[in-house]
Amino acid sequence: MTRLPVSMILGAALSAVFLAMALLSFVWTPHDVEQLVIANRLQPASSEFPLGTDQFGRDLLSMLMVGARVSLAVALVAVSIGVVIGVPLGLAAAATRGSLLDELIMRGNDLIFAFPSLVIAILITAVFGPSAFNAIIAIGIFNIPVFARVARGGALSLWTLDYILAARVAGKGRTRISVEHILPNIVNLLIVQATIQFSLGILAEAALSYVGLSVQPPVPSWGRMLSDAQTMIYSHPMLAILPGLAIVLMVLGLNLMGDGLRDLLDPRLRRQRQ
Amino acid sequence: MIAVENLSLAIHGEAILRDVSFAMVPGRTFGLVGESGSGKSMTALALMRLLPESARTSGAVTLDSINLLDKPEAEMCALRGNQLGMIFQEPMTALNPVQTIGNQVAETLRIHGIATHADARDVARARLDRVGLPQIALDRYPHELSGGQRQRVCIATAIALRPRLLIADEPTTALDVTTQAQILDLLRGLVEEEGMALLLITHDLAVVADMADHVAVMQAGEIVEQGPTPQVLSEQRHPYTRALFEASDHRPARTPRPLGAPLLTASDVDRHYPGPRTGLLRRGAPVKAVDGVSLTLKTGESLGLVGESGCGKSTLTRALLGLDKVQGGEIAALGNPVSPAMPNALRAGIQVVFQDPYGSFNPRWRVEHLVAEPFHLLDEKPTREDRRRKVGEALLAVGLQPSDMDKYPHEFSGGQRQRIAIARALITNPKILVLDEAVSALDVRVRARILDLLADLQDRMGLSYLFISHDLTVVRAITDRVMVMQAGRIVEQGPTEQVFAAPGHEYTQALLAAAPRLPGYARPS
Amino acid sequence: MLRYILGRLLSLGLSLIVASLVIFTVIEVIPGDPAAFMLGLNADEATVAALRADLGLDGSKAARYVGWISGMVQGDFGTSYTYRVPVAELVSDRLWISIPLAVLSLILSTVLAFPIGILSAANRGRGLDYGIMGGTQLGIAIPNFWFGMLLVLVFAVTLQWFSAGGFPGWNTPLAALKSLVLPSIALALPQAAILARVMRSALIETLAQDYMRTARAKGLSRRQALLRHALRNALIPVLTIIGLQFSFLLAGAIIIENVFFLPGLGRLIFQGITQRDLVVVESVTMLLVFAVILVTFLVDIAYAIADPRLRRRA
Repeated sequence: MTRLPVSMILGAALSAVFLAMALLSFVWTPHDVEQLVIANRLQPASSEFPLGTDQFGRDLLSMLMVGARVSLAVALVAVSIGVVIGVPLGLAAAATRGSLLDELIMRGNDLIFAFPSLVIAILITAVFGPSAFNAIIAIGIFNIPVFARVARGGALSLWTLDYILAARVAGKGRTRISVEHILPNIVNLLIVQATIQFSLGILAEAALSYVGLSVQPPVPSWGRMLSDAQTMIYSHPMLAILPGLAIVLMVLGLNLMGDGLRDLLDPRLRRQRQ
Repeated sequence: MIAVENLSLAIHGEAILRDVSFAMVPGRTFGLVGESGSGKSMTALALMRLLPESARTSGAVTLDSINLLDKPEAEMCALRGNQLGMIFQEPMTALNPVQTIGNQVAETLRIHGIATHADARDVARARLDRVGLPQIALDRYPHELSGGQRQRVCIATAIALRPRLLIADEPTTALDVTTQAQILDLLRGLVEEEGMALLLITHDLAVVADMADHVAVMQAGEIVEQGPTPQVLSEQRHPYTRALFEASDHRPARTPRPLGAPLLTASDVDRHYPGPRTGLLRRGAPVKAVDGVSLTLKTGESLGLVGESGCGKSTLTRALLGLDKVQGGEIAALGNPVSPAMPNALRAGIQVVFQDPYGSFNPRWRVEHLVAEPFHLLDEKPTREDRRRKVGEALLAVGLQPSDMDKYPHEFSGGQRQRIAIARALITNPKILVLDEAVSALDVRVRARILDLLADLQDRMGLSYLFISHDLTVVRAITDRVMVMQAGRIVEQGPTEQVFAAPGHEYTQALLAAAPRLPGYARPS
Repeated sequence: MLRYILGRLLSLGLSLIVASLVIFTVIEVIPGDPAAFMLGLNADEATVAALRADLGLDGSKAARYVGWISGMVQGDFGTSYTYRVPVAELVSDRLWISIPLAVLSLILSTVLAFPIGILSAANRGRGLDYGIMGGTQLGIAIPNFWFGMLLVLVFAVTLQWFSAGGFPGWNTPLAALKSLVLPSIALALPQAAILARVMRSALIETLAQDYMRTARAKGLSRRQALLRHALRNALIPVLTIIGLQFSFLLAGAIIIENVFFLPGLGRLIFQGITQRDLVVVESVTMLLVFAVILVTFLVDIAYAIADPRLRRRA
């Protein structure tokens, strides 16, 4: 086992903390986040409320924990949508390069790219109302062309190689070749992209919650904590700083881990290490 | 006089060059010859001081008694392009794709202070004319030129200021044989007229025999033999030199055998592609990649197909393998029609070995899986034990060990990988083996061993070969009959020795005339 | 080149048509009866029918679509159901805040990112590179609207250099620009971090190309070779990213209005959603998508100018 870079260990540690918070929140939080106990409002940090409370009396630590769960869940499902739909599309486009299918998929990609996540979210919530589910769809749809493009690009560079020709001489068809040869050799690319999209998904969900288009009250989310904190920013800046810091640290941790992962998976570097 | 004295080079502590010494004289060509990894390119980069930062050099490279290795970088910048020029192997990637060729040639002039924009353009025009491109406008981009033309542009850029020394690192390896001859002629002319010294680096002994006044043979970072070319060629004192020369002209031992019935036939095969777009909706005339080609491969025969790049041999190969449709004509093998829809059982009878040992294998699969891939063509797939046994036998047959089947491709050298590729091609006991430039990417000694293997396999297993290559020496060594292809057509065919000794078609004559050959006294008896 | 531009224009037109079809389908076809949707569950039949007639929702879907498109081409974006005012009026002033903000942020982000990315690539593996990579690593993790809040806290509240929000109108151009400074910094900084990293990796890749070796062999110093050869080639992949960035910045501009109390498109749209004013949502979405598609088109043209391999000679 090679020595992992410090940045990657740091990233993994940060991510692990938030993952732990999120998982723990399923079974226990120090306080109930859905109860508004006005008597407790704006308490400073104490043993009862380790990070204090907000203007509605909710324990900030508990809210951060549940918020972590929301962010991670939304980002995870959104990335999964992108991978599950986008990668096969990209592989199909590369396997039938130049055909009508390829053209259609590329055009479809360009079309989705014309709709930023926010605009997709606006369209969906205008008709179906805001919710975490709709936020997932909005972010997920935008992930599809990202993965389709990465998969197609990686696949195209492999289709010209001789071992693909050898597989065709061995009687294998394009679908089988895409699955047996192409996909395993682009997995590294996809993993790296997935970590990037995952942290982008967290930022996107935060932005959507901030404007009220994601998970709805009483379930807390980091983005909405920020919008609630905005009116209190002059008197109690911590209410705004803490959730933002959580977002920054979570995303930073994921990115550091993603970078480390990319270096680990880079075949050129891997050969040097062996 | 440019002299290299005891040049040693280490990168990250690993010794690359050891005590390399030689001297170059203006108006003369010095050939540096060796296989890949011998250190010849590193020597060139050391002379130009273009080595990576982790390189440590010792010794001296003297130009007019000043040691270049001691010069500060700023002074070296003044020398490069001015007194020292260099051209490289791959002309396409050596030129900036987004800059016009005029600007790239003129840049050499402007960097070293030839005053105005207009002056530089004039000189650039003159230099491009000198290298044989009078008809190419200055505002063309590299991608609009052919490989030979791009290499000429690189030469114009390097000699723009008439340097004292021009270093050419494998300048023609990526070019066709006829283009190679033209570029070498150009270089020879420049040496004679401009009185510059040429350091010609190549792995091709015939080229060096043709071009160089002096030659040095390199192996593993050391010069093992050097001297005036005729002397080195005839004496060949060092065993490595002898091995190199022997391998360059190697003819594997082949037992003559009677030929059987036709195994693979093609009649009037046509394959065209839609022409380039000439207007918003119009297209030019269709491009005929393969134009009315007919051929017959008899049982037990080794048939060669030679041609330069773009002649259509790859397209023809893909059609013969049933990978692409043809627009006209018929192909039949083993009594059945060949097409992309052909049955797997037929595919199993025609297999292929490709050129690139590094792109031939899925890097994530073990050798066993790779060699066994063609079993996909069989109706009854072998059991696991059967498969391992057959793969083991195939590996033995190509000179490897059965235990190699559990390794990954990257653990093998180029030559070994080609052996694995041959094992893969033989696993379904095909009758016909198509070898598509199968030895072109190999070093000369490894190539000789693989040719031996192929000849041996043909003898033992009664295979029939279709041997495709641009390299005439290789074709001569291993084929019984040869076909010459130009612009989609077969322009000549016949018994190999006959075609080579007395070519009928003028294109064949041009090809043979352009190919450099080792002089008689250099070839092994 | 001309053929390329015409081709791209055709693409632009096609994208606009398909995008408008998508928007139309989501807004007017999916809810079933848009009028009933807008009025909610408790409305009685008569009111719904009146609204339907009022908004011209009586015709067939195809006719309504054509009507919508032809209206937009003439500048008629329908009438807002909530405000009873032509949408064009509502949008025009607000557009002139959101778009300039996005453009300003794009320019700022590019101006910041280029030197940082170049410095980083030129000093690859050394202290400066690690420092810059660390800084950008932090930059890309910062949500732009939170950064905006921090900027308000520091520069408006504590230092009092800027007002905490609001927009004085373009009649006073300098004051207007000043009010856009903090928001555009907030938007630009994370994007600059992304762009700097892209620039760095594009440059590192071009620095490894063979033509760099040729440039050094001609006598160019490392610096000259980087600036004259590597940079020009690295710009090509970077251009694509800049194009994509515009769409993110536009979305960001809409969101960040909330932090700086800017009267841009954001408030209009979000109120439109809560009040189910489909007319507003439909037209504003179309405008946003149009802006993105237009910028993509411009980037494609810039691409062809930068990379001669895309242009074909007769």
